[in-house]
Amino acid sequence: MFEHKRRAGALTALAVGVALLATGCAVDSGSEGGSDGGSGDSANLAITFLPKNLGNPYFDTSSTGAKEAIDEFGGTFAEVGPAEATPDAQVSYINTLTQQGVGAIAVSANDPEAICDALNEARDANVKVVTFDSDTNADCRDVFINQADAEGIAKVQVDLVADQIGGAGEIAILSASANATNQNAWIEMMEEYLASDYPDITLVETVYGDDDDQTSFDKTAALLQTHPELKGIISPTTVGISAAARYLSTSDYKGKVALTGLGTPNQMREYVEDGTVTAFALWNPADLGYLAAYASKALIEGDITGAEGDSFEAGKLGDYEVGADGVVLLGDPFEFNADNIGDFDF
Amino acid sequence: MTATTTSSAVARTYRDYDRPLWQRILLTREAAIIGLLVIVAVVASVSVRGFGQPITLTYLLLDVMPILLIALPMTLIMITGEIDLSVASIVGLSSVLTGVLTQAGLPFEVAAVVALIAGAVCGAVNGFLVTVVGLPSLAVTIGTLALFRGLAVGLLGTTAITDFPDFWTDLAKMRVGGSNIPLVLFLFLALLVVFTVLLHFTPFGRGIYAIGLSKSAAHFSGVHVERTKMILFVLSGLVAALAGIFYTLRFGSARGDNATGLELQVIAAVVLGGVSVFGGRGAIHGVIAGVLLIGVLASALRLANVTSDVINIITGALLVLSVVTNSFLAWLRTRRRAPGGKPRVEASTAG
Repeated sequence: MFEHKRRAGALTALAVGVALLATGCAVDSGSEGGSDGGSGDSANLAITFLPKNLGNPYFDTSSTGAKEAIDEFGGTFAEVGPAEATPDAQVSYINTLTQQGVGAIAVSANDPEAICDALNEARDANVKVVTFDSDTNADCRDVFINQADAEGIAKVQVDLVADQIGGAGEIAILSASANATNQNAWIEMMEEYLASDYPDITLVETVYGDDDDQTSFDKTAALLQTHPELKGIISPTTVGISAAARYLSTSDYKGKVALTGLGTPNQMREYVEDGTVTAFALWNPADLGYLAAYASKALIEGDITGAEGDSFEAGKLGDYEVGADGVVLLGDPFEFNADNIGDFDF
Repeated sequence: MTATTTSSAVARTYRDYDRPLWQRILLTREAAIIGLLVIVAVVASVSVRGFGQPITLTYLLLDVMPILLIALPMTLIMITGEIDLSVASIVGLSSVLTGVLTQAGLPFEVAAVVALIAGAVCGAVNGFLVTVVGLPSLAVTIGTLALFRGLAVGLLGTTAITDFPDFWTDLAKMRVGGSNIPLVLFLFLALLVVFTVLLHFTPFGRGIYAIGLSKSAAHFSGVHVERTKMILFVLSGLVAALAGIFYTLRFGSARGDNATGLELQVIAAVVLGGVSVFGGRGAIHGVIAGVLLIGVLASALRLANVTSDVINIITGALLVLSVVTNSFLAWLRTRRRAPGGKPRVEASTAG
């Protein structure tokens, strides 16, 4: 009996130990988070970024930009997020931020509808809501920071390929799937822009790699077989451009057929370095986070409300104006080439 | 274990009567988890800013509700020594079915009933493969985990259906009167009563423990082993589908990837609540405390700006520690002989 009591006591002690350990962690960072969240008297510049998930190089880059901006204007930067990119996990974090009473939440939505109610509860509690990269329904947030509009994306890719092939010759497009909404809208605009500004360039074929690496690879091979005069390929999808680059880099067409489109620096680095690809485009996530931070500040300080025509100042990026539906456009896509690709890691 | 003492029909063991009543009530695995839950909740309210406010309770209950619901049938299944890993996929499938059918023009109520039936059918598939074909439930439900998730994603692709009647979406989040208690809690309480009575106060429930302790012994004592398991798997599918409908309404979004990974949270909570993975041991109140403990810890740590990785580490460490402690204590006990030279009657050797 005595022995038994001792073990029971040990079990209880162990349990209490675990509890204190676990909540001990909470106490430490709790006091820290608490003072951060509650600091601002007139304007609560505690801005928390909630990306789709943590550990994602794209969002690590955007958070770097956000932190830079928030340090500039003396606010408090924080980043929280789920390990998996699911909407339900984001809801828990939004609820938590509402309870903490932060100044603003900058969120990249995992679902346009699912996190809506949680965001509106936050806004009822006087928390400003900025979406970036991936929007929610327009009535659930104050402002959306749009990374790029369709027109800008179409234009930059055509300009890049025209520049690389000398403004004349045959080109082809390697797209995602045949019914991909974004890509089809861009391709349509590219066709219009080609017709109006580059009459000497002929778009001979559009093929679909279904955003599958192997399919895109095979389609690239077929494209080059069918069109021996081909001078350039545009691939407005990150999967397509890296598969096409992989094919080109090991074939005789390397350096002879130009390739450009939308890609990420980490995927394209080796092909830029070995000369397969001269330049490609995408937006700069760091600027996206930077602008989202300044938009949050403007909302908190009451400079803007998210209405069309409001304008605010965003540090090194200059002045921005809120467009229809509370959308703020980051600007023209960013061109990556051999000179600047080393500065990016996403 | 204390529950079995309420019936005189059950064989009395040394384990039940070799200690005073207060020890039998307080020195149990379940009591330890409940105590831990209280301690964590109190410490969190005092030290974590924002945890003490009433709204925390609402968010907390809504967050853990799918886990609470699914943990009920999961407890019964795990006490028989089986496991059901496909529950989260059934949640996803039921969510997608509700969405697709609502979009196709069916009234929401009809879509929900179809989803519930589909959930029961999914459970029956698991049950058939385990009881009739005789395959191990671990292998079967890993297979159906992929199968049901595949069906869910296949039905809807990568899109989401978000158009549900406001009446139902509001109902899922509604609070009772002016309080912070979500209405859906009463749905859970109703199921809680059903499952508690089923497990702790019926011959069927005692059959569940008997199967977990020894399948052959249970069989020779007249317990319908296969039928019991079949019923439990169907119940599990049905409740998972119900959780799927709640999930859909709470987030206003039917997606193929809804609730991915939820099965691990459910099983973690059930094991933490004192149910042995080898079967034969466990009680509903311990499991409820286990679910709430994980929920409270996660909520408090999130409020304290702890990252999700660290939250996972703490939850995981707590789980491992609880299982290890349990095994260690059981091992110690088997080394000691009961008074009179007879070995102590043991329920199970490990948690």
